[in-house]
Amino acid sequence: MIEVRNLTKHYGDKKAVNDISFTVEDGQILGFLGPNGAGKSTTMNMLTGYISSTSGQALINGVDILEDPIKAKSYIGYLPEIPPLYLDMTVKAYLNFVFDLKKCKLPRKSHLKDVCTLCKIKDVENRLIKNLSKGYKQRVGLAQALIGNPPVLILDEPTVGLDPKQIIDIRTLIKRLGKNHTVILSSHILSEIQAVCDRVIIINKGVVAADDTATNLSNKVTTDHRVVVRIDGPKAEVLQAIRSIENIKYVRADMEREAGIFEYELEAEPGVDVRREINRVVRENGWNILMLRTMEMTLEDIFLKITMGESITNDEKEAKA
Amino acid sequence: MGAIYRREIGAFFTSGIAYVFLAVFYIFSAYFFSINTLAVGSTNMAGMFANLFLVIIFLIPILTMRLFSEEKKQKTEQGLLTAPVSLSAIVLGKYFAALTLYTIGISVVFIYGLILSLFGTVAWLTLLSNFLALLLLGGAFCAVGVFISSLTENQVVAAVGGFVSLMLLYMIDVIASSVGVTWLQNFLYTMSFYSRYYEFTCGIFNLSSVLFYVSCAVLFNFFTVRVFEKRRWS
Repeated sequence: MIEVRNLTKHYGDKKAVNDISFTVEDGQILGFLGPNGAGKSTTMNMLTGYISSTSGQALINGVDILEDPIKAKSYIGYLPEIPPLYLDMTVKAYLNFVFDLKKCKLPRKSHLKDVCTLCKIKDVENRLIKNLSKGYKQRVGLAQALIGNPPVLILDEPTVGLDPKQIIDIRTLIKRLGKNHTVILSSHILSEIQAVCDRVIIINKGVVAADDTATNLSNKVTTDHRVVVRIDGPKAEVLQAIRSIENIKYVRADMEREAGIFEYELEAEPGVDVRREINRVVRENGWNILMLRTMEMTLEDIFLKITMGESITNDEKEAKA
Repeated sequence: MGAIYRREIGAFFTSGIAYVFLAVFYIFSAYFFSINTLAVGSTNMAGMFANLFLVIIFLIPILTMRLFSEEKKQKTEQGLLTAPVSLSAIVLGKYFAALTLYTIGISVVFIYGLILSLFGTVAWLTLLSNFLALLLLGGAFCAVGVFISSLTENQVVAAVGGFVSLMLLYMIDVIASSVGVTWLQNFLYTMSFYSRYYEFTCGIFNLSSVLFYVSCAVLFNFFTVRVFEKRRWS
């Protein structure tokens, strides 16, 4: 279990992480989402005791990382953004070194074998790390984090540099590990977070911008009051007609999709379905609707919206609460 | 500490630094041994030991330059600093790895002693005390080198920085002799690494000098720990 209370990190005047609080229960996989420089790695580095926090507290299984760092660190398996690999060692020698470094009590041979099998690096164990491909290096980094079977796993962008098949493998592995470990993983790939994590925390500019389950975030904000419609009719008149519909907040013509035919984006008051009204207006004027769809907000949209610095509209906030 | 120590010893040999260090040390010590002792038909090894002071000033930075700068450059220090080990265990593991290799190097003086024993009687006790002096001096210098390595992520900077620092320590006497202020001059003379070492080569075993070198080693290892402590908190 990980408890983070009001964690803050200042670099000089710059606030890299500002007052972050959250709790991750045992057996939960938490996704850290945010653009580059949002404070994901800084937060992880504070959780693992690599850097200290300016203020606030991080508890790993109830142990404060600053008060009893050695005990707290022994609960954590950490894969940093750049895996800490000694390039001039063989994979086997390196994993043995990590095994000793962590003062691991498990039976050495069988444990290392299990870890190698899990991460699928058995076939390269006698090769020098510097000769491995990026994907293999990443997996050796993951193996290093798994040694000693720590109850808490903190993985900073674990799938960077892997090919699509390996990504799926690693995701499956993380999901499996998540059943009996507490896992935090960071990523800026949304589909990854959606595929693996139970819960998502979106971090932007050092603060928590959103905290909910992945499904809640993407489902609840689907709205039927925002519509995209392609209408075959004169642009100015169409705009005029749509504006006259009750409850329409704004409308604008998008690009010309077919010759003389425009797409219109419109937004009604929240909770109002205007699709029938649009249909009626179009029929009355003798035009044709060539396409109509509601705009769904995916995690992608929320992410972009949050990270572009826009505030989320009220009902989206409610949806997330 | 054990894991880090073993890894560093291994890395000295895989990186080739161990071979370079040992080879160069053997060449120079053998040269001074044959010039100062064998060629003049004496069993007095003081001249060789006096010259070795300068040799290790050049060689110890080579031994220590990699220890922390490489970790920083390859980002492997993150693995060490997030592992359940204390900072002092990390620093001491590396320090003793360097000291071990250094000891392997200087142990060659006993072979020179054996060679001399073919021609005459060797003052083994003096030889032992000289060896101890060289070991203590190296212990202090390794700590300085490790400290400088922790300040930079460039091996060359660490090596040159180490070399300059050790050179300055060597020249304390020279600096002291040109200082006009009496108390400062006296202070610098007591801090002199060379005159204390020279005493040993004359066959004088001075316990206060032993303490001086040991505390110097402890102090610089402590500084190295502080470097990491400070980086973590800034």
